[in-house]
Amino acid sequence: MAQREGETIVAVVTLDPEKVRGGGAPVFVASGPEEREKIATYLSRIMDVQVHDLENGTYVLVRH
Amino acid sequence: MPFWVAVITGVVLGSLARLAMLRTDYRQYPSYPHGYASHLALGVIAAFTGAAVVPAFIEKEFTAVTFLVLVAQQFREIRDLERRTLDRLEETQLVRRGAGYVEDIAKVFEARNYLTIFAAMTASTVAYLGAASEVMPWPAAALAGSTAGLGVVLYGKRGLDRRPVGAICRVREGRLHFRDTLLYVDDILIMEIGLAEGREAYERHGIGVVIEPKDDDARATLANLGQRQAIAHDTAAIMGLRKDIGTPEFTPLVRLDLETGRAAMAIVPVEQDVGPLLDAVRSVPVIEGARTRPLATKPGRRAAD
Repeated sequence: MAQREGETIVAVVTLDPEKVRGGGAPVFVASGPEEREKIATYLSRIMDVQVHDLENGTYVLVRH
Repeated sequence: MPFWVAVITGVVLGSLARLAMLRTDYRQYPSYPHGYASHLALGVIAAFTGAAVVPAFIEKEFTAVTFLVLVAQQFREIRDLERRTLDRLEETQLVRRGAGYVEDIAKVFEARNYLTIFAAMTASTVAYLGAASEVMPWPAAALAGSTAGLGVVLYGKRGLDRRPVGAICRVREGRLHFRDTLLYVDDILIMEIGLAEGREAYERHGIGVVIEPKDDDARATLANLGQRQAIAHDTAAIMGLRKDIGTPEFTPLVRLDLETGRAAMAIVPVEQDVGPLLDAVRSVPVIEGARTRPLATKPGRRAAD
């Protein structure tokens, strides 16, 4: 089923760039929770991806 | 004379049967006027095929019989045709039907054409025998044929009818809530929603549904991904969905509780009525590909208790 195939991280939005490593998805560093929320919302609407909160200051945007 | 009585009885009965069956599946495949017309046309051809074959055989028209059998072969294509149409339409749906449901609908269309052929064949055979044996006048023969054909339709229809989810599961409202960013219905995890906006929308408009299987067969059916997608699709189609493209968090998901085999769905419907929503879930057909019967096996029965 399409739902389970090819789940990809499209972007990462974080308050703490120290906690994100590696490549693949672009990382957006936000300077505060409001900015993080705003960037994540914009990217979500633009890319039709879902925002997931890893609860360590980092949001990942996943295409399901 | 008996030939024409038989063929006309068969064609009329078969076509009417197909028309009646088209009406009953209006919801499960919203067929537009054109889809309706093309299926009716195919139904008339199917009825003619079924109606002509036995009389032609008795009249020793073997060439005709051969051709009619060839025509019957073509009805295998219908499943493929429906599947392709529905597959293409998937792109245009906010909530997909899912491969399991598409396959199921395609199969139903194919089977109903075969039922039409079979009903027309029975009707024309009985009418032919009645008219040819001269024990009754031809209107009586036509009537006897129609009755026999109708019997086949009713019997076949009952055999082919699918049970709804409500027949194998108890469906009730569940408490929709968040633990941090995780969305739960009762104690069943549905998904993680990162955006506060999305969580607020669920808290304000969301409705949780819990689906409890009545036995182990139902539990296995409910575990099927195609069945769960069908539930999400039909419910969203009936109740409307507060969602557009760009908001994947509002796609209704049906998730399992591994401890009990229950399933739960969170949905943000346009219509905020719990009763009709639960009825919508109950009325979703159990799809054939998901029907599993572990209780029919010995290990399954032993594992159940």
